[in-house]
Amino acid sequence: MYGKGRIIPALILFLGLVTSPMWYKSGDAGKMPKPEKPKDYTECVAPTQYMRTSHMVLLNEWRDDILREGGPRIGKTANGTEYVRSLQNGCMKCHSDKKKFCDDCHNYASVKPYCWDCHLQPKEAM
Amino acid sequence: MNSKRRDFLKIAGLTAIAGIAAPSAFNTLLKGEAIASAGGQHGAAVPTGKRWGMVIDVKKFSENPDLAEKCVSTCHTIHNVPDFGNKKDEIKWIWVDSFQHVFPGDSSHYKQPEALNSMPILALCNHCDNPPCVRACPTQATFKSKDGIVGMDYHRCIGCRFCMAACPYGARSFNWRDPRGKDANGQPFIKAENPKYPTRMRGVVEKCNFCTERLAIGQIPACVEVAAQSKALVFGDLNDPNSEISQILKTTFTIQRKPSAGTHPSLFYII
Ligand code: SF4
Ligand code: SF4
Repeated sequence: MYGKGRIIPALILFLGLVTSPMWYKSGDAGKMPKPEKPKDYTECVAPTQYMRTSHMVLLNEWRDDILREGGPRIGKTANGTEYVRSLQNGCMKCHSDKKKFCDDCHNYASVKPYCWDCHLQPKEAM
Repeated sequence: MNSKRRDFLKIAGLTAIAGIAAPSAFNTLLKGEAIASAGGQHGAAVPTGKRWGMVIDVKKFSENPDLAEKCVSTCHTIHNVPDFGNKKDEIKWIWVDSFQHVFPGDSSHYKQPEALNSMPILALCNHCDNPPCVRACPTQATFKSKDGIVGMDYHRCIGCRFCMAACPYGARSFNWRDPRGKDANGQPFIKAENPKYPTRMRGVVEKCNFCTERLAIGQIPACVEVAAQSKALVFGDLNDPNSEISQILKTTFTIQRKPSAGTHPSLFYII
């Protein structure tokens, strides 16, 4: 093969460079986020797994139901605890520290929701 | 021969496109017509459920000159309405204007009392039964709910301002600037934030929501509460013949803003 001496090392170097981010981080998924859970409450409005993956869907459902269908503003957890179906007045009542709860995962997943452009976060955590 | 063939193909193509496009365009137009006329008919459907409305007694506001401003500031405070400090950027959910601006050219004759023209009148979104703003909004950010309230979902607003052009009453304001920002002296545009209510962001339209958030927990709109004692504002269900507002409307002569626009406002003025 013509030019074998250069092509093979160059190919190896190229592959190495391209995959370098994988080597660099191999065996390490980064520091897993540990959102701080509320101390005074143990039960959320839906199971943890659902909240982890789909809380944004739930928020949209609340919004559309309340705003357009005149749905109830108060919901009930599986154990019968009442809560306000609202990000600002509901979720944040328990998860009162946005930085330690919301931002922890959002930063890790590199998502930038625009909730806080309009909704106000609890004062003491600002 | 060749060029004729080309022309023929061109015309055939255009005809085909026109044939496909015309009926659908026609249908859209017709549908718009149908919706527009359905809302405009009197007594077409028997009203069911609630339809919120308001009576504004202008005389009572004249007797109590500070009252209107109190209504305005209460509404704007609880709803985090920014004060940008100039007329051009002004955001208003409820405001005071002169009779001749609120009711332009709507009097049946020109020999009305001089004093009337400059009389201050409280104005806000009319929560029209046939709201042009709702039809104009391309994203359905503005919508009419069953209880007659014309609401907005600010998440969906793209800031096109079609609704502002469509509203005949100037009831909508656009956030040219960031409501969370500060003026040149470092003063925030929202003097004191109400932590229970959101703000808006730059680039969306906003307007009065008839205090939906208060109605939901059994309270009356904030402005009505301020004016409740003097009964300058009366709020209630227009569909309930026994409600206070229905009784007032039955026994008192009231006018509406621009009835000729066919919007069927839910606001009634006692002059
Ligand atoms: S400015 Fe917003 S609310 Fe108004 S028509 Fe456009 S999208 Fe709809
Ligand atoms: S007053 Fe204007 S903004 Fe309010 S419902 Fe009527 S058209 Fe829409």
